[in-house]
Amino acid sequence: MSWELTALLVAVGTPFAVAAAVFAIGERRHTLRGATNLAGAALTAGAVVACAVSAWQRFGGGPFAEGSIALLDIGFGLRADPLGVVFAVVAGVLWLVTTVYAIGYMSHASDRARFFGFFSICVGSAIGIALSANLLTFFVFYETLTLATYPLVAHSGTPAALRGGRTYLTYALPAGAALAVGVIWLNLIAGPVEFAAGGSLDPALASTHPGSLIVIFALLMFGLGVKAALFPVHGWLPAAMVAPAPVSSLLHAVAVVKAGVFGIARVVLEVYGPIAHELDLTPYLAALAGFTIIYGSVRALAQDDFKKRLAFSTIAQLSYITLGVALASPIAIAGGIAHLAHHAAMKITMFFTAGAVAEEVKAYRVSEFDGLGRRMPLTMGAFSLAALGIVGVPPIAGFASKWFLGIGALDAGEGAWVIAVLGVSSVLNAAYFFPIMHRAWFRAPKAEWAAGPPPGSAEGDLRMVVPILVTALIGLVLGIAAGADVSPASWALRIGMTEVPW
Amino acid sequence: MAEWVTTHLPALVILVPLTAAPLAFLLGGTLARPIALLSALLSQPLALALAFTVSAEGGVRYEIGGWGGPLGIDLVADGLAATLILVATVVGLGVTVYAWGYFADRERYRYFWPLWLFLWASLYALFLSGDLFNLYVCLELVSMAAVALVGLSLRRDALLAAMRYMLAAILGSLFYLLGVALVYAAFGSIDIATVREAVRADVTGQAAFALMTVGLMLKTALFPLHFWLPPAHSNAPSPVSAVLSALVVKGSFYILVRMWVDVADPSFVPGSAALLGVLGASAIVWGSVQAMRQERLKMLVAYSTVAQIGYLFLLFPLVAGGGAAAADAWVGGMFHAASHALAKAAMFLAAGTVLARFGHDRIAGLGGLSRRAPVTAMAFALAGVTMMGLPPSGGFVAKWQMIRAALESGAWWWAVVVVAGGLLAAVYIFRVVALFLGREGAEGEDADVDAGRSPATMEWATLALALAALALGVLGQPLVELIGVGAPALVAGVGP
Repeated sequence: MSWELTALLVAVGTPFAVAAAVFAIGERRHTLRGATNLAGAALTAGAVVACAVSAWQRFGGGPFAEGSIALLDIGFGLRADPLGVVFAVVAGVLWLVTTVYAIGYMSHASDRARFFGFFSICVGSAIGIALSANLLTFFVFYETLTLATYPLVAHSGTPAALRGGRTYLTYALPAGAALAVGVIWLNLIAGPVEFAAGGSLDPALASTHPGSLIVIFALLMFGLGVKAALFPVHGWLPAAMVAPAPVSSLLHAVAVVKAGVFGIARVVLEVYGPIAHELDLTPYLAALAGFTIIYGSVRALAQDDFKKRLAFSTIAQLSYITLGVALASPIAIAGGIAHLAHHAAMKITMFFTAGAVAEEVKAYRVSEFDGLGRRMPLTMGAFSLAALGIVGVPPIAGFASKWFLGIGALDAGEGAWVIAVLGVSSVLNAAYFFPIMHRAWFRAPKAEWAAGPPPGSAEGDLRMVVPILVTALIGLVLGIAAGADVSPASWALRIGMTEVPW
Repeated sequence: MAEWVTTHLPALVILVPLTAAPLAFLLGGTLARPIALLSALLSQPLALALAFTVSAEGGVRYEIGGWGGPLGIDLVADGLAATLILVATVVGLGVTVYAWGYFADRERYRYFWPLWLFLWASLYALFLSGDLFNLYVCLELVSMAAVALVGLSLRRDALLAAMRYMLAAILGSLFYLLGVALVYAAFGSIDIATVREAVRADVTGQAAFALMTVGLMLKTALFPLHFWLPPAHSNAPSPVSAVLSALVVKGSFYILVRMWVDVADPSFVPGSAALLGVLGASAIVWGSVQAMRQERLKMLVAYSTVAQIGYLFLLFPLVAGGGAAAADAWVGGMFHAASHALAKAAMFLAAGTVLARFGHDRIAGLGGLSRRAPVTAMAFALAGVTMMGLPPSGGFVAKWQMIRAALESGAWWWAVVVVAGGLLAAVYIFRVVALFLGREGAEGEDADVDAGRSPATMEWATLALALAALALGVLGQPLVELIGVGAPALVAGVGP
């Protein structure tokens, strides 16, 4: 077996093996469980980077590394291709950071074996989604992710958590059913559907089966749109904020929601390709994404609950990626794909912050944040950096992706309305993030916060503070180094060029 | 030796449990359990070898004692029979290991072992039968053993359920036997291969098929003839419930498939395929809605069986048109039979563990089960994935093929039924799973009754069956291929 195939199998298989080990280790042996989890996460991170190296070496040359086993007429296949490794690296590397954070955050919680076990399954599914070579494999991992997320949302077992879980399923299961029908139908009329840059469907199908292709597209977009939190099927995401902070951070800012937008990118760019434009499907998707951007931002303004404000912000930001994909210009696509990585680093920082603040000073609402910067300077500093990045202040990561999106929109001839949406959105981002920063840094703190962190200790559990700083730093570096060859932004540009060869 | 085994493989498959059954009865006591386990373990390589032989040779025909038809008894195995035998073997091992712990010190259940081994042997014989009358005999043997097992506890409600079950079973057998007699009158034979050649649409033949079908519908508990199933399956001792829901109902279904897909095709009696399909769809809806409303876990699981049996009957309209759609539906239907058997056994065993440990199976009292009995709760949830038909599970592969077949043949409404059935299943599965994740002590008094951790054999056998159902969804390709070996012409995927 070549090192590339080994890397693929290790990247996808390790999280599932970690899950099995964690379940077997059980509830009481915390050190062993934590060590196993960290070792598995480190191995996974290494493996996804190896997959990226493989894709890098083969870019523009021969076929990408892949492996498959037979199942029905289509098979179960994994492949390290350029688009896939972006998401795989994001999920795999951030899992390592999140594991450290989660061990700290959950150090007093119950049912930790169950928590970390299902968490690992979610990550394994996300990496599987990223590295799937065909639509069947993608769907299998996608639904595994749906199921494995449920016990995490409902983790605490309180009536509120169970309600959040039920809301999540009410959206996710019908979406999965629609996706299943869409995938089966597409396989039926087009044969086994593989992913390929520039679209894999035979262009002749656009004239022979236009009606079916349109209905299938709608089914797929509904199925993927729920996880991508596209309006009007976004409602589960704020409800899912009842989950523990590591879940909100890695899953509901990165792995689960980005599985949805990543799926949209795969279907629009690498399955439908030119057919999506020939049948005039992408303008509707772009319009829906544009609306979601504004809608999410406006709703975020009104949230006092910190995590819910972040959730609505996520809803808006995810649609940047969808918008980029739908615009069909190489640079806009690059902007969308770059934002997949950039937003991940920034938003995970913010959700980490929410968890740290809730644990350390029991503050859950924005209105309770007065003077918090004095009490938790590093944490709130990292948060502020990420918030500036999402608003689009250079040189933090968010700027680069918004820049690409704007240029790409001009390139696609859709300039005016897209730039208007981006502009309005940036203003709204500022309007819901700046008040948080203002409260934290400029309002008078509560008496017990005025003296700063308690003497003799850091501002919180170091296992939580350090990951926050690390992800904030990643966000900063991704922006500063956007021009480097290996940055997600440059990588996304190269992908963008291959996705629109027509 | 190896050659001798290969030659006599079909007979050996039946002989192992058939020999073990009287041994377990006569030697009894402490020896019954090891005998049963040994038989279960011996069956594994034999069933696998049979599957390999069938794959390699495209089918097997074995004349007992070398007499040959029409006087002697022939054992016949094609891909379908080999598949079901394999499923029965794996489920049987799981149930046997589970029962090892479950009946550990219950003297009054000592007849479980011989009866169960006898039932097991009869099922093998049924799947291997090559003529309609032998099928009848085997079906009766299975039913009698099953009725006795249901009443095993001698509790009043168990005996009542067993009586009701027996009446339904006898009535079903009578209908079937009448049909067989008419087949003999119409076509002059009851050997399946001979009848297949002779079959023609005359009134006697059609009446024969109608009678046999009604009898078998009753035995398979197809809606609206399912009334006997929930009480019988839920009142039986849990290992028995697992066997009944997973395997016994598949026995009579297997005969229906032989009749309508192999011997004749659905056009033999106009409208029959559509009728069976509509009843199947009704079963899915009715069974699921009833499952949602149950207050006891075993009743919920039993109604889930009523619903899942419905999917099996979608097979008939989906194969009626032949061609590629029929081939897909064939794999889908049989894959469903296989994965449902594994998962439903796991569910009943999980419910049995709960019942044995807490003394009740009231759903409302099961809050926080994932903390109190993590392995059992996990097994139930994983089995639920197959019930919902979500990936990665055998149930998903089955539904993928059924939906594909429905779209392929243009009969999209069956696809709607399959999808809706999955969502309905999610409602009753997650109702229970949510409670498992929830807080303990929804009913205060239940917290006090806890017999302590269940034997490891029970917990792990349950989990293993649930995991096997999941594994079919990823590693199921060999089974997909086995199902297609020597498939009847209608579903062989050639021509419309």
